[in-house]
Amino acid sequence: MMRFIRGAWVIARRDFSATVLSKTFIFFLLAPLFPAAMGGLFGGIGARVASQAERPVVAVVAPRDEFQRLDSARDQLAAAMGEQAVIKIVHYSPESDLAAQQKRLLASRSPPIRAVMSGDLDHPRLVGALGGDPATVGQLKLLIANARVPDDQAAPVLPITDVHSSSGSLAADRVTTAWIAQAALFFLTLMLSTMVMSQLIEEKSNKVIEVIAAAIRIDAMFVGKLFAMLAASVFALVVWICAGALLLQMVTHGGVRSLPTPAIGWPAFLSLAVIYFAMNYLLFGAAFLTIGAQASTAREVQTMSLPVTFAQMLIFAFAASAINAPNSGEALAAAIFPLSSPLTMLARAAEQPELWPHIAAILWQAAWVGLILRLGSQLFRRTVLKSGPRLPWWRFGRAY
Amino acid sequence: MLRQVSDKMAMSGLAVEAVDLVKDFGETRAVDGVSLAVPTGTIYGLLGPNGAGKTTTLRMLLGIIDPSSGSRCVLGRERPLEAAPEIGYLPEERGIYPAMHAREAIAFMGALRGLPLAEGRRRADALLAEHDLGDWAKKPIRTLSKGMAQIVQLLGTIVHNPRLIVLDEPFAGLDAINQARLEELIRRETRAGATVIFSTHVIAHAERLCEQIAIIAKGKVVFDGRVDEARSRLSSIVRLRTRATDGPWRAAIPAGARREGPEWVFELPEGGPEPLLKALIDGGAGIETLAIERPGLHDAFVAIAGDKAAAEMGQEKSQ
Repeated sequence: MMRFIRGAWVIARRDFSATVLSKTFIFFLLAPLFPAAMGGLFGGIGARVASQAERPVVAVVAPRDEFQRLDSARDQLAAAMGEQAVIKIVHYSPESDLAAQQKRLLASRSPPIRAVMSGDLDHPRLVGALGGDPATVGQLKLLIANARVPDDQAAPVLPITDVHSSSGSLAADRVTTAWIAQAALFFLTLMLSTMVMSQLIEEKSNKVIEVIAAAIRIDAMFVGKLFAMLAASVFALVVWICAGALLLQMVTHGGVRSLPTPAIGWPAFLSLAVIYFAMNYLLFGAAFLTIGAQASTAREVQTMSLPVTFAQMLIFAFAASAINAPNSGEALAAAIFPLSSPLTMLARAAEQPELWPHIAAILWQAAWVGLILRLGSQLFRRTVLKSGPRLPWWRFGRAY
Repeated sequence: MLRQVSDKMAMSGLAVEAVDLVKDFGETRAVDGVSLAVPTGTIYGLLGPNGAGKTTTLRMLLGIIDPSSGSRCVLGRERPLEAAPEIGYLPEERGIYPAMHAREAIAFMGALRGLPLAEGRRRADALLAEHDLGDWAKKPIRTLSKGMAQIVQLLGTIVHNPRLIVLDEPFAGLDAINQARLEELIRRETRAGATVIFSTHVIAHAERLCEQIAIIAKGKVVFDGRVDEARSRLSSIVRLRTRATDGPWRAAIPAGARREGPEWVFELPEGGPEPLLKALIDGGAGIETLAIERPGLHDAFVAIAGDKAAAEMGQEKSQ
């Protein structure tokens, strides 16, 4: 056993140094910036497009004082629903030829007017292309109804006593935490999958595999490689978490304390997050290392990457389906299936306070890591090193 | 840990023993019942053309691959990987990380065999300096010439002072100076008590270095024994040049003799050189030159493995 651990340690140390001390690792550390930048860029473009194109503009042809009542009612609705959700209204003073004014306004390009409202508040009339837009009509009805009410009756006084949390708010917060944690775990593993799959390409192309296979057991090499990548990714994770917390502290009110508290509490949750990250990585890593070990070239690894990514997304979707119902049969199945187990259980840690299911899950996942590694190294010996007698599948994992 | 002789091997006097090793790759039988016995402390050569099964045999002996059938015992262990800390292995296809520094590469190979990294680095420095590569210690392997990289890997093979050194085609790719260095290194390791097994298709190396050889052809061992034994399977060769072209002396020339230019070439008759000389002189041959040559390993190889295998080895040598 000591020799096994020592062999794995030699491989892990070499791989960790070769990964973390390489120049390309800086790009790996910068990797989360790219999706963030893309999200910001496309989000900004989307918001601008939405603000410019989607919000209907209604021209209000009415005396100034009536328009102001309507505009006050709109401000109240915008305060409740958000500015982007409420239609935009623009004032125009009535002209002598209303029909001509309506026609001109509907043809206007700046601003692009969808409908023209005229008449007074008691007898409003609406002209426009509103056949497929009942929301605009509904909002206008609300605005008109509110504008008709005298000022002293418009907004009731509602005294509020603020408490820190309630069951409703906690449940919602924890679902949010579960979502964020699960998505983060998924994307981290997704980023690492191709790296893990190409782990053995270097040894196979340099023929170092011959030297290693003659000195230590193949499963010790697998374990060494896997833990080297785990250590490198945990190193990257620490950098990312610190950078993320710093950013959060700088840009949000309340900083990291504003994050919703998970059911199990932050210290236990963070500990479990690290363990489940390790387990998720080791489970996928062991599987991907086995798949990648069959490839001879980087091109073959790339070809394998696409189906592997889709498979990961399916597993993520399976685990995500359990978020809102952590005690359902579906959640239990996702927790038992080894590849979705860490994702499911991390979400559970955010939603449910019991600790024992996590202990059971970690043991279960560790057993599967060992099994996949053993099968992977056997498969490697059989298919790549062309070694070993042909065994029936039920004896495939035997020690050699 | 290093060079501790196990009781079993000390009793048998064998570093490696293989019995009826067979290896099939699908329908192809690469090794067909190879049996070997390598005495401790000797230099043992595996001879044979490419594809004969030398590398596959070595890989089975080292535990890189398992045999389809048969058994092997290496340094007293039936599972060769258990003896890995006491073995050094240089594969035919050289394997080394190009980005690693020479010193680190040697220390890494030692660490794989259980040598502490710090000690490996210390020994690497000493070995590199000894082989005039001290200036290259902190240079990446990819900046070294092919021959230098090969020497670095060889130093990594012996850095942990192994009891058994297995070298697969170690001379391939080395220039004459480095080949001589390697030969000296092999002799030195043997003097220090190590057993060396190396495969080659260049007979001259085996002839200079080996005490024992195994000749492998088409996956089978066709000879296993001392180099002298291989040679003794052949009679000595007589090369005769005479002034007379014909006469009674011709009766002394054996029936199988052939002409090579002005010379007669034939196997020394069973009676030895004296009756031959007497018959030639009495028959008026007028001997200009007469040479009795002891057969070389190449001749023995031709006789044992056959002309075809020898021709293949000759082609590989010229390549």
